[in-house]
Amino acid sequence: MSPSIGSLPPKYRVTVDPDRCMLCGRCVENCAYGAFRREGDRILTNSRVCTACHRCVAFCPRDAIDVVERPLDYRSHPVWTRGVREAIYNQARTGKIVLAGMGNALDYPMIFDRLVLDACQVTNPSIDPLREPMELRTYLGKKPQRLELARRGDGEVELLTELSPNLCLETPIMIGHMSYGAISLNAQLALAKGVTAAGTFMGTGEGGLPEPLRPYQDHMIVQVASGRFGVDIDYLERGAAIEIKIGQGAKPGIGGHLPGEKVDEAVSKTRMIPVGSDAISPAPHHDIYSIEDLAQLVRSLKEATEWKKPVFVKIAAVHNVAAIAAGIARSSADAVVVDGFRGGTGAAPRVFRDHVGIPVEAAVAAVDAKLRRQGIRNEVSVIASGGIRESTDVAKIIALGADAVYIGTAALVALGCRVCGNCYRGLCPWGIATQRQDLVDRIDPEAGGLQVSNLIHGWTLELMELMGAAGINSIESLRGNRDRLRGYMIDQALMDVLDVRSVGA
Amino acid sequence: MDEVVIDAAGMHYTPLNREIRAAVAAGARRIRLENVLGQRFIANGVRGDVEILVHGVPGGDLGMFMSGPRIEVFGNAEHAPGNTMDGGEIVIHGSAGDAVGHSMRGGRIFVEGAIGYRGGIHMKEYEKKRPVLVIGESARAFLGEYMAGGTVLVLARHGGPAVAERGLGSGIHGGEIILRGGIDPVHLGVGASQVALSDDDWARVLALVREYARRFGIDPAPLERREEYTRVVPASARPFAGKYAWE
Repeated sequence: MSPSIGSLPPKYRVTVDPDRCMLCGRCVENCAYGAFRREGDRILTNSRVCTACHRCVAFCPRDAIDVVERPLDYRSHPVWTRGVREAIYNQARTGKIVLAGMGNALDYPMIFDRLVLDACQVTNPSIDPLREPMELRTYLGKKPQRLELARRGDGEVELLTELSPNLCLETPIMIGHMSYGAISLNAQLALAKGVTAAGTFMGTGEGGLPEPLRPYQDHMIVQVASGRFGVDIDYLERGAAIEIKIGQGAKPGIGGHLPGEKVDEAVSKTRMIPVGSDAISPAPHHDIYSIEDLAQLVRSLKEATEWKKPVFVKIAAVHNVAAIAAGIARSSADAVVVDGFRGGTGAAPRVFRDHVGIPVEAAVAAVDAKLRRQGIRNEVSVIASGGIRESTDVAKIIALGADAVYIGTAALVALGCRVCGNCYRGLCPWGIATQRQDLVDRIDPEAGGLQVSNLIHGWTLELMELMGAAGINSIESLRGNRDRLRGYMIDQALMDVLDVRSVGA
Repeated sequence: MDEVVIDAAGMHYTPLNREIRAAVAAGARRIRLENVLGQRFIANGVRGDVEILVHGVPGGDLGMFMSGPRIEVFGNAEHAPGNTMDGGEIVIHGSAGDAVGHSMRGGRIFVEGAIGYRGGIHMKEYEKKRPVLVIGESARAFLGEYMAGGTVLVLARHGGPAVAERGLGSGIHGGEIILRGGIDPVHLGVGASQVALSDDDWARVLALVREYARRFGIDPAPLERREEYTRVVPASARPFAGKYAWE
């Protein structure tokens, strides 16, 4: 029996211009996929293995390399797209579920890009952040419904209300959970240095807390997911906060699976599983089958850490996200993370990545509205994640009701990631999604940390400018401030969900 | 200070745990909790070498994240005792609810009677830490699902089958489930397979049987017939590997 499908058109064509090439060999060294080789006084290429990660392009001193996407495309057709056809070829060959990397790859309209921000003209003056203070500090966690005060004998006022622990962020931008194992130690170290410098936080993911990250533990949110990998009392006590991961925007409703070949000595140590064994995270937490059970896990984590740590609950944005978040708000949790369907991942079934879940913009607006209607918005902070690409997305999602955001892909892009989507292969030439030491060494944690903090700093400056232009000098005045948004070419049903009016209205 | 007695009657779990922690910090060797009635999270995350005697019925997540102490319950336990437990021991003179030893990574749990659904689910082992869950009577469905390490032993002392429901060891990729009286193959989960005990396996099981008998003061002799036992292990270390293809 011989397969009748044959080979598919290459995704990319790599060429080296021999007139420009000086035969330095950097492309050969840098390509982890083996797309280049030197023969005599020429560099030859194998386009088939190229992932368009651009590592070669970035390090060619002569700009001699060209990578062209889809040099030979299929006959164009609006229904039978390349992705659809290739998934069929793949499944006709294998009979399996197709896994893919990065976030949602379907061409859904981007709600963020259909929302515009406001600015002051004449009637109220805009604010110049250069000459006036601009408050971006954000506290995540429960806020009391009311404060009880008493006057002491000496005339001083004493606070009687017991406050819940909050996380103090200097800017409402955090980095989401990407585990050690999914990304490299140097990538995690760079992120940790970056968030520490920026006065914000990052998540550990479900991979434990590697020892070299401990100096940054006050800026780390430790994750408890369904596999409970790396979770012990020591780990819980080290984190600044604890996050229960119920779901993930890139693959709502299904579990995770780190293949055994990625579980080397170091990964095995932090996940606390044997070398080479699969790390399987079941789809649900098997001690959580109801909202009451979730409350039990939240309280169990608080009890184990003596109520000193805020506990977050992360859910994928799904149809009933608002009602679920309202349940979470009553569970003693301090924040709910709403992860939209554009969230990235190292690996997810293609059909889940592209078709399950809803956009974070609609989800956050619905969650915020529901919590306000029920009078419990103060019980939880709302953290938005999944597809936050730049500072305007941050401003818009805060205006839709979020307290802060998690970024993921954007932070990796700051480390060089080109969004090639081959994370699952473990050969990331940028040293991010790999455990191969020579590749990991390509990230200098110091330099990477600076790139990450630069990114957060740049966005923070832009946020200040955007707020100042709108006459707002505190992030709290932007939060849930729908008046500062207008919808452009959004249908009425979605505008009702977002609670924004049309441009011109 | 050798023994500390705490009357838990009418007490909320947070002040109760605070008292337990204070006693451990003060160097108590034994803490006796009287009149426990449904308080959850007892000894959660507590470390150290201390014995905690629970008189009454503790609530859910008894000894969750616990690392070291030895808990003895004189009564039944609610769901998930030993959840994500790291080390130490829980001995229950009675039965327990669902998800006993959920995600347990170390230590030992002995349940005199029966347990509910999803016992020992996702137990895992690492280096010297090998969790053990011994159940005197029976377990309900989904016992040892996703197991990645450790030992679950069900003794079926009540005379019926150890497990008579489906989903036993679905997705198991490490560790072992040992059942006295065997299992109807229709109840075996996906990825689980039945094998005979080797001499080493039997030595391990026999030690646990005797340990169980000693804890609950029974005669081990009726439980010492090797031919009555069967061992359920992973059919493969990669139960889900065949499901996926890369884009």
